[in-house]
Formats: sequence, structure tokens, C-alpha cells
Amino acid sequence: MMVDETDRKIIQATQAGLPLTTQPYQTLADQLALTAEEIMQRLSAMKNSGIIRRIGAVPNHYKLGYRFNGMTVWNIVDEMIDELGQKVGQLDFVSHCYQRPRKLPEWPYNLFAMVHGKSQDEVDLQIRKISELLSDNNLGCDVLYSTKILKKTGFRSAMQHATD
Amino acid sequence: MDEIDKKIINALQNGFPICDAPYQQVAGQLNLTEQELLARLTILLDNGTLTRFGPLYNAELMGGALTLAAVKAPHDRFDELTDIINSFPEVAHNYARNHELNMWFVLATDAPEQIAQTIMAIEQKTGLTVYNMPKIKEYFVNLKLEA
Repeated sequence: MMVDETDRKIIQATQAGLPLTTQPYQTLADQLALTAEEIMQRLSAMKNSGIIRRIGAVPNHYKLGYRFNGMTVWNIVDEMIDELGQKVGQLDFVSHCYQRPRKLPEWPYNLFAMVHGKSQDEVDLQIRKISELLSDNNLGCDVLYSTKILKKTGFRSAMQHATD
Repeated sequence: MDEIDKKIINALQNGFPICDAPYQQVAGQLNLTEQELLARLTILLDNGTLTRFGPLYNAELMGGALTLAAVKAPHDRFDELTDIINSFPEVAHNYARNHELNMWFVLATDAPEQIAQTIMAIEQKTGLTVYNMPKIKEYFVNLKLEA
């Protein structure tokens, strides 16, 4: 699953995004002195291996009206975390779901799930649904809302990050 | 943003074809002309409705590393600490959050060993303890927001 030099050039050339031209892969090929066929074949291979998660658009939450972006964090019984993490991740309103280490004593939470809503009520309902799903295996939870974006780099946003 | 923009945003979050004229193909599915799709996409990117359009890469599969970290930034030093932490190129995202751990940032590095080095450097420059919470397991990642 390793990327070679040519793949890296393609990744570099698409850091800022895909060209907005009628034949974007041909445009990339012209920039890199490759053929469009090779660009398309390599992008397909990287997509199949998971190096490319997807090709598509990333909206700004706030501009679409999603002003309530909550990082919900849960203290889950260790034996149950994989099973429950999968289930929480499958909820259609959860955009990211990870197991992370506790930082005891002050941070007992080991499951992180990001939720997004246009109102506080909407997010509260989402949190209630997660809570119901976790039931007795949830030993405690908290919700951290982002109050300000302090930094968001264009360059590195080509990598899909944990707190989007 | 009108109904056509919403249709474009929703469709383009579901993927994009790899073929000679992909915008033409997507435009056809949305009953638009290729030129109209490209013109609207340009505007949506320029006005910040879309932060990005293109391939989204998985940093870890390319040999890089990511982590989520947090600090307790005292209120009277918050702006100064924001500047220090943001000055590290490894800091990709940084958010203020409503908790005692009130500053949360993502570190992205080319190699795994650079994560620990960066955290140590941030601790030295800020005098704060950095709570490092790298993912142990990823259960789901896909940000799709209906416009």
C-alpha cells in the first residue's frame, strides 16, 4: 500500500484540490508530464487501497447552518468499546467515531463521536440517541462544543482530520 | 445558496467520477450544463461554502501520523498560547472548546516519531501539560452534511 514518487507528485498537485477544468485529470497530467490515463489509473488504485478516502467536496459546517458541532465523549466499559464504537459510528448523524486513551483521573472518556446540528435541540436529540444505544455501558459522558476556530490550514486539510 | 447549489453540494459529498470529463458526467446527473456546474463550484469554493474539492487522503496510510491533543489554557494567557501553538506548522486544526481542557488541536506530521517531539516542544514553549490522545481505533470517518 506504499505510495511511490509519482503518487506523491499527484498528491502534491492535488493538495489544493482538483482542477476546475472540463478535463481535470488531463490538466493534472499536463502539469506533471504524465498521461491522463496514468493519473486516472493511479487515483483509482489509491482509492481502492484507502489512501484516498474519497474524492469530493468538503463543506464549511457553519455556512450550511450547522452551528452546533459537538465532540461527544463517553466513558465506556473496556470489554464493550469495540462493539459499541461500531454501532455509534453507524448512526447517520455521527461524522467521526474513535477510541482514544483515557487520561485518568481527570479525563475518563475513551470514546469520541462528533455530531453536527442546526439547533441545540437537534444536537441534544442526537446525544440522547447515543446515550440510549450505550445504555448501562456508559459510565459517564460530556459534550464539548467548539466556540471558536483558532486555526484551520488549507494545505493540511487535504488530510481528513479527527475533529472536522 | 439556492436549491441548485444545495443539489451540487449534496451530490459532490458522495464522490466524484474518475473519467475523461467527470464534470460533464456529474452535470448530466444533476440536469445542469458542465459550464454551469463549474461556474457554481468555483463560486462555492471562493465564498467558503466549500472548504475543499478534490481527493481526501488518509495521512496514516501514507506514512504520516496524526493525533488529537488538548491543553488547559489559562484565560489570561489564552491569546498568547493560541499564537504559540498555532505557530507550529504541525498544528493542522485548533479549536477553542467549552471545557477545562479548552484548546484542542490536531497534529499532523510526516513521520510518527515527530508527534512526540512536537508535543515536547509545545510543552517547553507554553509551560503547559499537553494531553495527547492519539486514536486507538477508528470506527467511522465520513463527514457528510446535507445542505
